[in-house]
Amino acid sequence: MPEPFVKTTSRVIAIPRANIDTDQICPARFLKITDKANLADALFFDWRFTPDGQKRQPPSFIDEPHNAGRQILLVGDNFGAGSSREHAPWALRAWGIRAIVSTSFADIFKGNALKNALLPIVVSAERYAALTALLAANPDGEWSVNLEAQKVTLPNGETFPFEIDPFARTMILAGTDEVGYVLARLPAIEAWEAAHPARVDTARA
Amino acid sequence: MAEKPRTLFEKIWDAHVVASEPGAPAILAIDLHLVHEVTSPQAFTGLRERGAKVRKPGQTVATADHSIPTTDPSLPILDELARKQLAQIEENCREFGIPFHGKGSPSRGIVHVIGPELGLTQPGMTIVCGDSHTATHGAFGALAFGIGTSEIEMVLATQTLLQRKPKTFKVEVTGSLQPGVGAKDIILALIARIGVGGGTEHVFEFTGDAVRALSMEARMTLCNMSIEGGARAGLVAPDETTFEYLKGRPHAPKEAAWDEAVAVWRQLPTDAGATYDRWIVIDGDKLEPMVTYGTNPGMGMAVTGRVPSPADVEPGAREDLERALTYMGLQAGQSIAGQKLDVVFIGSCTNGRIEDMRAAASVLRGRKVAEGLRVLVVPGSQQVKRQAEEEGLDKVFTAAGAEWRESGCSMCIAMNGDQLEPGEYGISTSNRNFQGRQGKGGRSFLASPLTAAASAVTGVITDPRTVIGAAAQPSAVEAH
Repeated sequence: MPEPFVKTTSRVIAIPRANIDTDQICPARFLKITDKANLADALFFDWRFTPDGQKRQPPSFIDEPHNAGRQILLVGDNFGAGSSREHAPWALRAWGIRAIVSTSFADIFKGNALKNALLPIVVSAERYAALTALLAANPDGEWSVNLEAQKVTLPNGETFPFEIDPFARTMILAGTDEVGYVLARLPAIEAWEAAHPARVDTARA
Repeated sequence: MAEKPRTLFEKIWDAHVVASEPGAPAILAIDLHLVHEVTSPQAFTGLRERGAKVRKPGQTVATADHSIPTTDPSLPILDELARKQLAQIEENCREFGIPFHGKGSPSRGIVHVIGPELGLTQPGMTIVCGDSHTATHGAFGALAFGIGTSEIEMVLATQTLLQRKPKTFKVEVTGSLQPGVGAKDIILALIARIGVGGGTEHVFEFTGDAVRALSMEARMTLCNMSIEGGARAGLVAPDETTFEYLKGRPHAPKEAAWDEAVAVWRQLPTDAGATYDRWIVIDGDKLEPMVTYGTNPGMGMAVTGRVPSPADVEPGAREDLERALTYMGLQAGQSIAGQKLDVVFIGSCTNGRIEDMRAAASVLRGRKVAEGLRVLVVPGSQQVKRQAEEEGLDKVFTAAGAEWRESGCSMCIAMNGDQLEPGEYGISTSNRNFQGRQGKGGRSFLASPLTAAASAVTGVITDPRTVIGAAAQPSAVEAH
């Protein structure tokens, strides 16, 4: 069962790029695993290492010591584009990220993130620009993301609200499993199925 | 009062809503769940942990495509992780009673190629798979979309998904395509126009004369890359082309059931007067063969075009374009045609079907691939492979100097040993040109099978019309 999550307070890492795809977040060759182990090491791997395996110089932001332990990302538009791999949010969570602030998220990534209590926080283009400027001026300031209050508090004391799917919010706050929610509604599913016979039988020879 | 006119999407959606509680997403019934080896293992682990069964194994089907080698299948798989993953899907299917088209099965192949081939993909269905190119099946007028591993577990356990209703986006392609231009060029042109996030939160419906004129396989190519435009799904309304493709396939309805099914499917197309949340019109007459120049599928242009300059784009996009051109090693203003290549890849769920093989073979027949170029032709399924061989296409490819392989995802995702080497340039009929997608440090150009095959002959990016003899048309699609 997932752990309940209410809020986090952390310094922030900015990745000012648009359309960061899930192949960047977790390259495909790390998808041969059959569990979720060691994915923190795969995070943004090709940004961190050259094709022959050397750590890039200067090191990628992920490997800069002052970024260790930061839990919030501020990223460009359409974060998580491309592949449906849930390994992307798993890798982000494994590394320690709990909330991502952007002007938009790719649909599948957003859904996957919510299922892993990784908060996709959508802000306007104006707010994004202001947050980017704020972070540049105060790179080590702590931001607080409060899911219960649906509010972000900035180091200068300013706050702003954010929207999030209310159902996902409830699930994350309670640490509840969505499969359990649906299985509790099995009679409705069975009634639907009784009225709608299966369209195919994959087992038919 | 008459019923409110509805779109194709709305009809399928409405027909599958099991329950819709205030504040909660709809519980959506899933007709068909496709499973492959890469995104499913953790979902099966989750099922075991909760002591659950697969609720509807007869509405679930699995194959092995992503990490499977395309080399001689009698040889052992040397990559230990891939071997373990392939053994795992087999074991999971056995344990949970899921039909599995694995190594050695004549019906194995890329999951999005075999679903339609087997007749499992049918109009009006909801179809999901842990793979973003599930949109392919939308070509039949099915609502088909990619899901994550948590959602795979949900579907395995309940045969439903919790879903918020997406918005609708009509993509009308007018006129008729010129020789040398195909479905791949339509979708690359659309994404170049709207960007890789342009369809986010929407479902595309492709309409218009140019779409109606496409074969089923071409429609699959079109819908396949919906996700590259940000839309989780893309649809084409079913018509006679759809029914003709489906009739007689192993899992298609038979006899009286066929007639009943077709009667229902004829009710699916969007009603006159139904409205969409967004729409765009593309002039099909003016489309040219397309190719990408950057590091996402939205960075595309006509093959007759020049690489755009960061100076010419908005400040917000400038750094992304600069970064892309640096990675690609391209100069702003250079003609994309004539760009040197190291590798040509023809295959994938986008362009790995028999018509794609025929298109590539039509260019390569009687010609040789350029010296020093590596050309990989990978059929989308074992069925495509057999049919191509029956038609002698394999001989065309090998005589030209290309490699002819077993089926699989291969160099589209570079998980199975088929990959670009660092710095290599590849033209590819696949769907993603992301950094490293086709191999660490590899540099990808996306194009149609005709363009890829024409480029295989010359060794540089080539307008296929210069090889097949069709006259070049003036540019209709500006660089994004």
